[in-house]
Amino acid sequence: MRPRHLVFLSIPLVLAVGVVLLLVMIEMPPYGTPNPTFNYVMERYNKHGLEETGATNIVTGIILDYRAYDTLIETTVLFTATMGALLTLRARRDKTCGRRHP
Amino acid sequence: MEDVILNEVISRAVPVIHLFGVYVVVHGHLSPGGGFAGGSVMGIALVLFALVFGLKATLRIVPEGLLTVLTTLGPLWYAGTGIIGMLLGHEFLANAQAGVPLGRAGSVLSSGLVPVITVGVGISVALTVVVLFVALVEED
Repeated sequence: MRPRHLVFLSIPLVLAVGVVLLLVMIEMPPYGTPNPTFNYVMERYNKHGLEETGATNIVTGIILDYRAYDTLIETTVLFTATMGALLTLRARRDKTCGRRHP
Repeated sequence: MEDVILNEVISRAVPVIHLFGVYVVVHGHLSPGGGFAGGSVMGIALVLFALVFGLKATLRIVPEGLLTVLTTLGPLWYAGTGIIGMLLGHEFLANAQAGVPLGRAGSVLSSGLVPVITVGVGISVALTVVVLFVALVEED
């Protein structure tokens, strides 16, 4: 198919996506009103965060106690990225130097 | 690299910067900061040292093998702390639910396992900064 035909195909596609997005926007709550769906977690953290984690820094209380799994995987991501970079860079260095790493 | 002023200033500034990073990590559960911020400060201190005194002098202080071992220590420390919760009969990474004493809120030794985990995160982030810097500089 030639690109010119694709242009005509793209117009209804963009219109359809636009209509869907506008319909979603109608469903959104008005700006400034409290959104009832996601607030209970925040209230729980604010009210019981100190007594449940003992951390006065509530951010640390959340990321290292309530969301400790998340942060563990984050640390693993850092570790994996470091090891990946290290392996590729060192492999090239050892190849140019004619050395071999076990 | 033979600048006297630069050498003198940096050789005095690096310990202070490193100590500040340790402070931010240790007080992660009390004040703004924590493992990620403090760890990057600790890593940057060593990067600054390497920029001024050269990579060879830096690798004489922290050999490459030690860097690699410490890089693996960070996530291991974190996961190992999580096992304490399992040993106490609760879920992985359980803190107050597993009966770890929380201590008085606001003191450095409080909040159960959170400061211990913060140290692990700090080690991990600091070593990520340093190891990537060393690996990229060695390339040239």
